[in-house]
Amino acid sequence: MNTVIDATDRRIIAVTQGGLPLTPRPYAIIAAQLGLDANDVMTRMQRMLDSGAIRRIGAVPNHYALGFKGNGMSVWNVPDDAIKEAGQTIGALDFVSHCYHRPRHPPTWPYNLFAMVHGRDRAEVDEKVRHIAAILGAKDRGHEVLFSTRILKKTGLRIVG
Amino acid sequence: MNTLEKRLLNDFQRNLPPSPTPFADMAGELGVTEEEVISGLRTLTERGVVSRVGPVFRPQRCGVSSLVAMTVPEARLEAVAELVNAFPGVNHNYEREHRLNLWFVVTANTQEHLQALLQHIEQQTGLAILPLPMQAEYHIDLGFPLQWD
Repeated sequence: MNTVIDATDRRIIAVTQGGLPLTPRPYAIIAAQLGLDANDVMTRMQRMLDSGAIRRIGAVPNHYALGFKGNGMSVWNVPDDAIKEAGQTIGALDFVSHCYHRPRHPPTWPYNLFAMVHGRDRAEVDEKVRHIAAILGAKDRGHEVLFSTRILKKTGLRIVG
Repeated sequence: MNTLEKRLLNDFQRNLPPSPTPFADMAGELGVTEEEVISGLRTLTERGVVSRVGPVFRPQRCGVSSLVAMTVPEARLEAVAELVNAFPGVNHNYEREHRLNLWFVVTANTQEHLQALLQHIEQQTGLAILPLPMQAEYHIDLGFPLQWD
């Protein structure tokens, strides 16, 4: 399902992407801010949830503050005809938070599969990356892990306009 | 973290559908009061353990976006990061240990707007960009399993 996000949805996104107000009736407050009816806001959010525009609604943990300090972006060169199966297998691992197919840019960038691996430290991330390599076997035609050394901006999704 | 806080964090990463009184609903499930849920969530947010309580949007469905990588000379890294961060729609900017050392996400309402933004970034920094837009997503987002010690 893929429904269109309209201007009102965008206004709802803009005021809720930083979090819901922690008060008994958060949607009534959001509706009042936007001059909308609370039921309309909830219906639209439910529709975005159903269509996949909203992944989930809930408490968003800060992995770093929780001690998961080894965030490693693993990148893999997988044969094109095997990428879907490989992506689905790796994306289902509980220590992988994002798994995407992205374009290669040969010769500088041969990798087509990205998997964000979380662990308490680098050693744990490295161990999990070895686990992925073992799963891929001969389909792993080269990989690297890019560790972040500094967060220069982290705002979550920001929709402009 | 007390037991209630752990449960608030572990059990409610995705189970908060729109409702007139979402925190009272949570309280009902947990067998505590609405005030305890709200004050628990406030404490977790203030401590930074929870970055926010609310919807997590999927950028590809709300507009267009691309992951972008750049190779920036070390001496210019902070200045270039600042320049890039000043563009509307840039988020998640990380320095990574690699020849490609600057990684960020650019979002825009339309493909044309996105391409124009990427072009501006190249012009203003004088550095080549490597656009890596998502072509398929494989992860089913069930939140993050927290292994308590």
